[in-house]
Amino acid sequence: MSPIVQARGLCRRFGQRWAYAHIDLEVAEGERVLLIGANGSGKTTLLRSIATLLQPSLGQLSLFGMDPKTHCIDIRQKIGLLSHMTGLYEDLSAADNLTVFGRLTGSGRVDVREVLERVGLIDRRDPIGGYSAGMRRRLSLAHLLLRTPQLTLLDEPFASLDPEGVAAVGKIISQMPGTVIMASHQVQQAAAISNRTVLMESGQIRWMGPATNAWSAWRSSQVGEG
Amino acid sequence: MKWFHISAVMGVSLLCIGHGLGLFVAPPEAMMGDVGRILYVHVPTAWVALVVYLISFGAAVGSLWFGRLTWDATVRASVEVGVVLTALLVFQGSVWARPTWGVWWAWDPRLTTTAIMMITYVAILIMRNAIQDSPRRLVITAVATIVAFVDVPIVYFSVKWWKSLHQDHSSPDTVSDPMILPLRLAAIGMLLLALGLIGARRKTELDRLNQEVDPASLPEPIEALSVPGESE
Amino acid sequence: MSPLTQSAHQVLSILKKDLLIEWRARTRVLSLLCFTAIILLLFSFAVGPDTATLRRHCGGYLWLSLLFCSTAMLSRSLRIEEESGAMDSLLLAPISPIWIFLGKATANAIELFIIGLMTLPICFALCDVAIADSAWRLLVIIALGSAGLAAPGTLFATITERIQGQVLLMPLLLFPLVVPMLLAAVKSTSLILTGDLMDEGGDWLTLLVFFNAMYWPLCGVLFERVVEV
Repeated sequence: MSPIVQARGLCRRFGQRWAYAHIDLEVAEGERVLLIGANGSGKTTLLRSIATLLQPSLGQLSLFGMDPKTHCIDIRQKIGLLSHMTGLYEDLSAADNLTVFGRLTGSGRVDVREVLERVGLIDRRDPIGGYSAGMRRRLSLAHLLLRTPQLTLLDEPFASLDPEGVAAVGKIISQMPGTVIMASHQVQQAAAISNRTVLMESGQIRWMGPATNAWSAWRSSQVGEG
Repeated sequence: MKWFHISAVMGVSLLCIGHGLGLFVAPPEAMMGDVGRILYVHVPTAWVALVVYLISFGAAVGSLWFGRLTWDATVRASVEVGVVLTALLVFQGSVWARPTWGVWWAWDPRLTTTAIMMITYVAILIMRNAIQDSPRRLVITAVATIVAFVDVPIVYFSVKWWKSLHQDHSSPDTVSDPMILPLRLAAIGMLLLALGLIGARRKTELDRLNQEVDPASLPEPIEALSVPGESE
Repeated sequence: MSPLTQSAHQVLSILKKDLLIEWRARTRVLSLLCFTAIILLLFSFAVGPDTATLRRHCGGYLWLSLLFCSTAMLSRSLRIEEESGAMDSLLLAPISPIWIFLGKATANAIELFIIGLMTLPICFALCDVAIADSAWRLLVIIALGSAGLAAPGTLFATITERIQGQVLLMPLLLFPLVVPMLLAAVKSTSLILTGDLMDEGGDWLTLLVFFNAMYWPLCGVLFERVVEV
């Protein structure tokens, strides 16, 4: 079976700076890939390119066997993204936001209550503009759960969460069907629910290996070994 | 010597001949006298400015269609030359208006829409300079240039649509015979000069854009990490 | 659901979403209305107590006020999409950018139309005018003028919200472009208020329709290129 994600020589430039370069990556169906790396190592930019929101400057990218330049809508129907930002409207409540996006995604009748309960936001009716960082994260996850994408991209899913929240989100992610690519600084928690790890440094892939070696790889990159 | 050098030299030569004929050989204009000789500068500038904006429009469409930097460089070059020509046009118009209408500026539709058109394209250049990302800059410049071009036919037809102090379009039907040759020479000269300037500017811009996205500027591939405990 | 029905459904959903957001934050609409009223007042102060001049140029003051109001309104309309990454969510829904544009530009046109209607009584009072011709025609002019501002305005607001630190670019790009449309709106409004003896109103109305017919499809197609880059 052909890989879900196939990247060859992928590079992306912003002005004078290369955000990522020489990216060769294949992700098979059902894999759980963890991206780790320091801030500014290119993880977010790479995830956005895989999500078809940012075109690479050089190289080839194939998603579900399709070219994102020509099959954008078809690919996006199969992708879900949890990004740094909430991706929702600050002036609307959590329930309003999910109802709006439930209609827009064509998910049919969405049980907004059930989704909010899963992420622990059931009692809030105020606009999300006043939410804390942790609540925003949980709401973004709720937004993602409106659909069941074949490829889920998660950018720092554990950011701003307390230990209870981390455990709950970890459980939700482990139960997600399909393929998952996740970028996270919480190396140990994320590696526990992944099967492969990719270490990025200065926009390039420096190491790829089983998730069980993720922490060792991270430590090695930090102390300058290898 | 590149094609645009030749075009510019030919353009300047024809302009000299055309303006020379217009200033010293052609008869004075029937109503405006010698003041009317600015016709040989002003009218070609107006025609060529509109042609240059048409080139920018075509290049912008090409930019969006093909996504290549050559088209993007052509858009920038033609917009810049167009802005310079339009600024000259407005200046020449003022110089002509003073002895003719008694004012440096009149709220005439053609004058007003020409000034507006110049501001639009200046805004596009300002906007372009504010965008660092090459693909985004290409697309946004092209989009803005296409939309701005909508203004150009409105400028051209403004004389017909609104009551105007400005005289009607100059053409071989409205201009007497002795004036046609210097006018044509000046127009062709101005066009060749404009094309030469566009070509030269396009080259410098293309060199700069290519340097930005030059794969040779890619970082060296990073050394792989060796993780303790992993087998060789 | 057929593709056409689904697209119509998406456009309507985006339109409803935008109107819901404006309803939830309706003090903002009041602020825009006050802003428009202040500009009208400033025009009156600048002209002075010359009622004949005020009456003659009432259409111009009305549309200039709406134009200034539109820059604040349109910038805001696109900022709510960019500030929290909601535009990415819309694209990944997935919704074609053309339908996103249709929904948002229509919502912007409706909001401008409402502000225009609410500004009319203020304008009539300050300039001492009344409707000399058909009131329905005036409504159509305000609708077409609002739509003519909303389409290119939505496109340019999208462009400029993605360029950091360039707040002035939106009016700088939009104002020159909409001048011909604005002229048609001003002329046709003035004829409604002062009387149309030469029966020129129809021509200006045709121009307004023409501008809308040109701007909406063009801006819709170009919007897709802008958001996808």
